[in-house]
Amino acid sequence: MKNSRNTARGKAATAGSPAVIAAPRPFLPGPETPMRNPGLARERLLELHRFLRLNRMIEEKLSALYRQGKITGGLYSSLGQEAISVGSAYALGPDDLLAPMIRNIGSVLVRGVRPRDLFLQYLARRDGPTRGRDGTLHFGNVERLGLFSPISHLGTLIPVMAGAALGARLRGERRVALTYIGDGGASTGDFHEGLNLAAVQRLALVLVVENNGYAYSTPTERQFAVESLAERGPAYGVVAESIDGTDVLAVYEATRRAVERGRRGEGPTLLECRALRMRGHAEHDDMRYVPKDLLEAWRKRDPIDRFEGFLVRQKHATEDELERVARVLGPDLDAAAAEALEAPYPPGEESLHGVYVEPGYEKPWWPSP
Amino acid sequence: MSASTLTTYLEAIRQGIWEEMEADERVFILGEDIGIYGGAFKVTEGMLERFGEARVIDTPISESAIVGAAIGAALMGMRPIAEMQFIDFISCAFDQITNLAAKNRYRWGAGVPIVIRGPSGGGVHGGPFHSQNPEMYFVHTPGLKVVAPATARDAKGLIKAAIRDEDPVLYLEHKYLYRRIKEEIPKQDYVVPIGRAEVRREGRDLTILTYGAMLYPSLEAAETLQQERGGETEVIDLRTLLPLDTEAILASARKTGKVMVVHEDTRTGGIAGEIAAIINEEVFDYLDGPVLRVTAPDTPVPYSPPLEEFFLPNKEKILKVARQLLAY
Repeated sequence: MKNSRNTARGKAATAGSPAVIAAPRPFLPGPETPMRNPGLARERLLELHRFLRLNRMIEEKLSALYRQGKITGGLYSSLGQEAISVGSAYALGPDDLLAPMIRNIGSVLVRGVRPRDLFLQYLARRDGPTRGRDGTLHFGNVERLGLFSPISHLGTLIPVMAGAALGARLRGERRVALTYIGDGGASTGDFHEGLNLAAVQRLALVLVVENNGYAYSTPTERQFAVESLAERGPAYGVVAESIDGTDVLAVYEATRRAVERGRRGEGPTLLECRALRMRGHAEHDDMRYVPKDLLEAWRKRDPIDRFEGFLVRQKHATEDELERVARVLGPDLDAAAAEALEAPYPPGEESLHGVYVEPGYEKPWWPSP
Repeated sequence: MSASTLTTYLEAIRQGIWEEMEADERVFILGEDIGIYGGAFKVTEGMLERFGEARVIDTPISESAIVGAAIGAALMGMRPIAEMQFIDFISCAFDQITNLAAKNRYRWGAGVPIVIRGPSGGGVHGGPFHSQNPEMYFVHTPGLKVVAPATARDAKGLIKAAIRDEDPVLYLEHKYLYRRIKEEIPKQDYVVPIGRAEVRREGRDLTILTYGAMLYPSLEAAETLQQERGGETEVIDLRTLLPLDTEAILASARKTGKVMVVHEDTRTGGIAGEIAAIINEEVFDYLDGPVLRVTAPDTPVPYSPPLEEFFLPNKEKILKVARQLLAY
């Protein structure tokens, strides 16, 4: 320790010296536990299944439109993660509040958003939810759907949804706010600030931490040093648990408990849901950085295959009945996409309006009554 | 007039918030040390006792979460007022302000009626992190409104207008003026409309455009010019920086043909440059000379009194540039 400054500089300058960062921590699926019905009636189980299938099919359709050059912006898939969006949103009450992140298309479908509106939005058309001003899932209507638009800056929606829960409480309404963050977004300052504020104010916030193994290309061991992001919960005084994100019933049940806890005034809950992102960060990304054996391990845990196996084994549906869902949805989605493709773009000069309140921009214009 | 009828700039802000909270149960305040302590400068003193801890919320030291939570509550129909303990710390909430609050209405029609307020400006030896004038970061952001009152009357009228506004408003209160400015203000409810400048002194020979604490050395300089040479200087208090009262600026430029802008903010990217551009574009033919600037230099705000004194614009610096302009 004669001259620690020089020692430190020497270390940094030595190329190829042993890395001081964490060793690789492969994002493997945990042991597969049997799915368990938390008491949902058959119709509701089948509704969940329909949303999962719709989630996947609408993204397949969007992907096809992207490859045809019809979608000019980015497209972010939730393949393999559908059970997280659908199961969590399905646990909310009709008056509860939801802010999706970029991969939570399933959650807005559960919230009642029509595929036609999604196509109009992704295709940047005049009659879409943002009149072509923004793309992807960046739209909302708080009053009519309890739906808050996210922005691209990760973590920002956590304080905002804490504030939504605060606003509801000030109005004397027992509404719960739910939002999502990824394993990457969990590294932002707003994650900390928002969760901490929610904890000290005991706000009815459910934070679903969607751990899909990669933040774009960066694996989780370079994002955080703990094994599971649920470990952060106790540090904030927040109830937390880690859930198999390929089990839609487990996600639903854990979220339902969190929602009830929030409604009882017992504060926020952090739910880590784990499921590998089975496509690239966005459509352009071939994700060559994900090991093939990892993809193979998670392919066997496909959330829709798992749920369909459960439904058939438990005799809630036959394989044919489940296949029929896709056969019915397919033509509907094709028709909705075709209609959206025919819809006009907004006129350029329209871009000048609505920066501040003005007639026609006093409140969200979508969905039309 | 008895001293008891005079209201300080600080008290005027407090009254404005208080009255709006009395009148509208959607209005609530959140920030650091605003409840139990009554705010670092005591702007929110007594509010916890009057309105309770549901509407007067002491938060963690989390400026981004303070503004984020205000946005979320506003989207639920509330009218939050978020305090930055010193406006310097607004940088910590930059993302929430510029990307969420500012762009929300444009993107999906959801207005964000929040007020973000806090003490700005120098002259009190606060050093680099307790003296800044951050207005131009936000004036550059479509979707925001930015106001900066100079008088007690305007301080009250503008905070009320800001709270009632449908869009996000940054309310920059100058800490140098908090207790130095006292005046009689109307007893009845009033607002000062956002987006309107005020002529503080009329004149035909020269226009000084200014705002905030720089109003006072500008008025003193105008008085000196009058006494020295009978020059009639018009002094306009901008009051709102976004949206600018372009009409008032251009009317005065047409009248005097000689315009200078005085601001405490630093020079490059300050509002003076924008105003000069607008004047050039709109009324160039009326000008007898260039639009000139008196601003702080392009440095951080220094701490030591002689350094800060050198940094800040003052009456002498204004007079020097005014004489230069009057010579055209």
